[in-house]
Amino acid sequence: MIAHSLFFYFFSAIAVFGSVMVVTSRNTVYSVFFLILVFVTISILFIMIGAEFLGMIMLIVYVGAVAVLFLFVVMMLNVTEKKIQYPKKKSIFNKTSVSSLVGLIIFLELLVVIGGWKYKTNFVSLSDISLNTSISNTHALGNILYTDYIYLFQIAGIILLMAMIGAITLTFSKKENVKRQSYFNQIQRDKDSAISLVEVESNKGVNIDE
Amino acid sequence: MNEIGLGHYLTLGAIIFTIGIIGIFLNRKNVIIILMSIELILLAVNINLVSFSIYLQDLVGQVFSMFILTVAAAEAAVGLAIIVIYYKNKGSIYVEKISSLKG
Repeated sequence: MIAHSLFFYFFSAIAVFGSVMVVTSRNTVYSVFFLILVFVTISILFIMIGAEFLGMIMLIVYVGAVAVLFLFVVMMLNVTEKKIQYPKKKSIFNKTSVSSLVGLIIFLELLVVIGGWKYKTNFVSLSDISLNTSISNTHALGNILYTDYIYLFQIAGIILLMAMIGAITLTFSKKENVKRQSYFNQIQRDKDSAISLVEVESNKGVNIDE
Repeated sequence: MNEIGLGHYLTLGAIIFTIGIIGIFLNRKNVIIILMSIELILLAVNINLVSFSIYLQDLVGQVFSMFILTVAAAEAAVGLAIIVIYYKNKGSIYVEKISSLKG
């Protein structure tokens, strides 16, 4: 058990450090790298407490897709180019103190909620789907995801499809000087519009550019 | 201290959630870091769901955690696409200058 707690403190310290660096580092590219560090560490924690499938999905989706997307966007847009220096206002209500205050209040509230868990009433089981230790985590998740939660699964797929269509239509731009394939024009071509018979006089030739 | 229980994981989730909230306040100029802070907040929610799921021996928490993952990925994709076209049109993505919708 001591090894488990050592691992937990090690990884959670790295995760907290990484998330602090995400919000405080000056360079946005470094922020993305620290975000990747946080995701990898949290996925290790997930694997440690027995949610292997979610840990792996986290690695694939967050590190493999979302973080790389962020990295592409950060490197594509020249974010760190202009540095606008606003005149510093000497006030106690600058953004650091306000954000620390709000953050502190929210953190204390969350701690109170966690502490109040000790005085909970007897827990009523919310569902009949219990963790089955005889089969693997992935197997158990698949068993309920494709049966009891199939509609939610489909809706998740539709959400992803909408996000994909939205992202493509937002960023798609028609170029002026590029010739594109037009399926309708291709299909609508018939013999009359495509072929013309020309009488060729001898020794004159035909001007085909007309 | 030695026994790692539910409270430890919930506290970790609370810390990361708070750091995400503070990050939104701190980086008011950089909209990409704001998006990353939102990702951190969603990650904290995921930590809570998974740790409760393990603690209560109930798999539904992990299923919902997967759906949150889906929504987070969709949100990141659409948000970044909006940022890209905003940069194309205006030439900068400083949040404090964005006032086109003020009317």
